[in-house]
Amino acid sequence: MIRSLRVILCIAALTACALAQTTLNGAGATFPYPIYSKWFAEYHNLHPEVQVNYQSIGSGGGIRQVQAGTVDFGATDGPMSDEQIAASKVKVLHVPTVLGAVVPAYNIPGVSQEVKLTPEILAGIFLGKITNWSDAAISKVNPDIKLPNQNITVVHRSDGSGTTYIFTDYLSKISPDWQNAAGKGTSIKWPVGVGGKGNEGVAGMIRQLPGSIGYIELIYALQNNINYGSVKNSSGQFVKASLESTTAAAAGVKMPADFRVSITNPPGKTAYPIASFTWLLIPTSPADKNKGKLLKDLVLWALESGEPMVSALSYAPLPNEVADKVKAAVNQQVK
Amino acid sequence: MIPDSEKPTNPPASAEQTPKPVSAIPTLAQAATERKAVTRSAALERIRKTHPRSSGIQDTAFRVLILFTAISVFAIVAFIVDQLISKSHPTLHAFGIRFFYNDEWDPVNGDFGARPFIFGTLVSSFLALLLAVPLSIGVAVYVTEMCPTRLRPVVSFLVELLAAIPSVIYGLWAVFVLAPLLRDYIQPALAKTLDWTGLFTGPPLGIGMLAAGIILAIMVVPIISSITREVLTAVPQNQREAVLALGATRWEMIRMGVLRNARIGIVGGIILGLGRALGETMAVTMVIGNSNYISKSLFAPGNTMASVIANEFSEATGDLHLAALVEIGLALFLVTLIVNALARLLVWSITGPTGRVRA
Repeated sequence: MIRSLRVILCIAALTACALAQTTLNGAGATFPYPIYSKWFAEYHNLHPEVQVNYQSIGSGGGIRQVQAGTVDFGATDGPMSDEQIAASKVKVLHVPTVLGAVVPAYNIPGVSQEVKLTPEILAGIFLGKITNWSDAAISKVNPDIKLPNQNITVVHRSDGSGTTYIFTDYLSKISPDWQNAAGKGTSIKWPVGVGGKGNEGVAGMIRQLPGSIGYIELIYALQNNINYGSVKNSSGQFVKASLESTTAAAAGVKMPADFRVSITNPPGKTAYPIASFTWLLIPTSPADKNKGKLLKDLVLWALESGEPMVSALSYAPLPNEVADKVKAAVNQQVK
Repeated sequence: MIPDSEKPTNPPASAEQTPKPVSAIPTLAQAATERKAVTRSAALERIRKTHPRSSGIQDTAFRVLILFTAISVFAIVAFIVDQLISKSHPTLHAFGIRFFYNDEWDPVNGDFGARPFIFGTLVSSFLALLLAVPLSIGVAVYVTEMCPTRLRPVVSFLVELLAAIPSVIYGLWAVFVLAPLLRDYIQPALAKTLDWTGLFTGPPLGIGMLAAGIILAIMVVPIISSITREVLTAVPQNQREAVLALGATRWEMIRMGVLRNARIGIVGGIILGLGRALGETMAVTMVIGNSNYISKSLFAPGNTMASVIANEFSEATGDLHLAALVEIGLALFLVTLIVNALARLLVWSITGPTGRVRA
């Protein structure tokens, strides 16, 4: 019996070798993890010899791993800064994949309607200047809602996050006070508020604390049935975050050649102001040529056939012009 | 007849001693009693000669292996400290001693200071001790002095069970049960009655320093109570009898006869509990509110050293941010080391390293 077991093991080992499975390792942002998991699983069904292993350790971790060359590709919600690109051993192309929106979600006792929020109100709340829901500034914009006399508790992220980057990027653009007080980053000095860990933590805290407001990804607000407000965009329209308004935000922005662009507070009447791309970081001259080719095929497949899958998971797909530009860039720059 | 080669060799110093009868299996104990006369190598040689199968190589190899495992523990600790110091070098260089009393934590502008975290750690830990110490000493006194003998193992088992619960479960319980309880009932009541102290101001959020202190107290109770129970049991019975014979009541007997004798050990147990409270991460980070500011009110959110490291480490942008977090880790490591060493010394001073009471 032992002898036949040995024979079986040998055959199994040989078969495994013959299948020649390649594993592509990636690491990075948590926000696009659901859609990336779906894409990689679908791609594996179509090409069983390619296995993709994606670790959602956060955008910062993804950038660091790609810089060090320890992973085959990275993913990030906030584009790499010039210093990070200069310090990187590996040259990468930022490939935008999907769009996400960050919504101001709140828990106001007795109010289930949509509250209109202006950039000034948002900056005032997060700076700690507006401290009560019955404040005149909020009532002026929402004359038909009875807002209670309730303290505002700000909920922010306690961990570093691409979601924070998107939100603070928006606040920095629309409020010079915010730019001076806190600035933009994945981890900042919050003037007021309590912190929750991860989008889930913030969503949980908003649900539990009456009178709280925080910022979370649109998907979390939809899945957890948390009320979120509409935000006034640069054209003066109050836009509520949705897949269409998020895609509209990307459509109005001029894309630079390296695709590192911020699309917060964009032009466009239907554009939602707090949206952002999320990027895959693909090495332009990969060390392992075989893996590089497989990765390039994967990315092109995602941009072509993966985009229709994204709205089912509440992500906004890339606008067609942007998708075409990205595909051309991948074909040209990734060797 | 014993062949000459198997006779014990008599060193010259004891030449005048009458030759002792040689047993077939000389032991090390015999060698010990003849310590002045017999050297260790001579004893080993005796063993080697009477036990031909035990070779010196095996013994030496065993000794080296055990020595290696013992040293490796110290080596790991030394390596950790070395890494902590070297990885925090950028902030050690940039801020120096200012790091420990700077209030700012600003990753965007690169200004870091550990004071809010040190404050948060100390306040939450001492609040935990304030709540846990009377409770644990009470439990220990009850179990050793007043509990019916049949219930004793049950009660002590239940208390030790608290120590076995993983801290993330405590955190979840605190978020879903304790925080709403605090927010809806306890905090408004405290605010109404104890507002004059200035410690209970601010909106009742549920989460915050008070919640962190309470959950830490629950986690620390089993540690303090088990050590207290040990030292209370170690107090000799004649102490209790003597105090009772002098006409003391039960409470006076416990106070004067038992607790007084055990107080050093109890303090040691308290310090060990403090060591756990200082380092606790998961449960605290879920309920402390993660706000990097110092506030007098217990209702306000805060942050602790362990909590900020757990939250910000994986996404720390920039070398200075990472180095600042590592330096906070270094501070926490040193504090916990000192506290634990102090506790060990105190407990050993009463019980001795063998665990038995020195009369």
